[in-house]
Amino acid sequence: MESILSLIEKNGLIFALLWVGLLTWATDILSKKVFASKIPGSAIAIGIALVFGYLGGVWADGKQGLADLPLFNGLAFLGGSMFRDFAIVATAAGASFLLIRKSGVLGLVSLILGIAVFFSAGVILGWSLGYRDAISLCTLGAGACTYIVGPVTGGALGASSEVIALSIGTGVVKTITVTILTPVLAKKIGLDSPGAAMAFGGIMGTSSGVAAGLAATDPTLVPYGAVTATFYTGLGCLVCPSLFYLLLNWGIG
Amino acid sequence: MIKGLALLAICFLFGMLCGDLLGLLLGIESNVGGVGFAMIYLLLLKEFLEKKGVWTEEFAFGIDFWNKLYIPIVLAMAASLNVKSAVSSGILALLSGIFPVVLAFGVFFVLIKTIKPQ
Repeated sequence: MESILSLIEKNGLIFALLWVGLLTWATDILSKKVFASKIPGSAIAIGIALVFGYLGGVWADGKQGLADLPLFNGLAFLGGSMFRDFAIVATAAGASFLLIRKSGVLGLVSLILGIAVFFSAGVILGWSLGYRDAISLCTLGAGACTYIVGPVTGGALGASSEVIALSIGTGVVKTITVTILTPVLAKKIGLDSPGAAMAFGGIMGTSSGVAAGLAATDPTLVPYGAVTATFYTGLGCLVCPSLFYLLLNWGIG
Repeated sequence: MIKGLALLAICFLFGMLCGDLLGLLLGIESNVGGVGFAMIYLLLLKEFLEKKGVWTEEFAFGIDFWNKLYIPIVLAMAASLNVKSAVSSGILALLSGIFPVVLAFGVFFVLIKTIKPQ
């Protein structure tokens, strides 16, 4: 037993890959069997990972969630800012300027509106619940955009681990909300054409939520919504820690 | 595979450099928008290489591998955060995850009315 533990501790990153892989496997089954594929597996997985982060905090009484347990110290490395940012940049290869040009003025306007609406709403809610510093507010606003823009912004600005965790939690709740509300409201709001789906992806932004929501509405609309939603995260990572932070800093100070 | 990774790495480093420089310029001690810059460079470089006809499956494979690692990395990150002290403000995550979405549905409705999709 002793030797197995020391083996794992020595190969922390590898064990972290095993843990993440098993978690993904389990949530995929959960997503299919319990939620009939209606809620994106990734949102459930991130939600469960946050629960583990909480449990880790209780067990180890540290600030790095599960990674404070020696067995799981590889998680902090795998989920550290270097790998995270590298993987996020790689997602850009799935987008193309050609497609975004096709979505036209409506696509562009929807992206800008979408990021602005979610960011400001997130900041206002953060403010009203007692956060007053520009770094935390900016991270919370970014988290209201997506669960990626939140930690990227928080990491760049040096926000606390607690605020970053909140921003991810916010993004996960957003994904699930979009997934559930889209098929319910689609008809009432005129979400019924490829053009409208592109605008919808631009406004909502969360790729997994938009894809799952559109799939439940009309599967042929999914690729159109995905085009603009992919750009949302990239644009958010660009403007939240820069332009929006400066505006916020200026507005508060 | 490794060529694609090299491509991704150069975009990443160059983007981070721009983010650092912008941070310096603005007087903030942080990397400002480096990830966003890097994404734009990767997109531009990919379109450029595609036009030149040198973009191959081999490039795509290396980048796609990291693209697919992105959710697993987010899982590792989520599990290694200080969630315990965030739970007391958990209501904020719920509110900020639901209320803006409802608002955005309204914005979408108005936008679709204003600019008719083709």
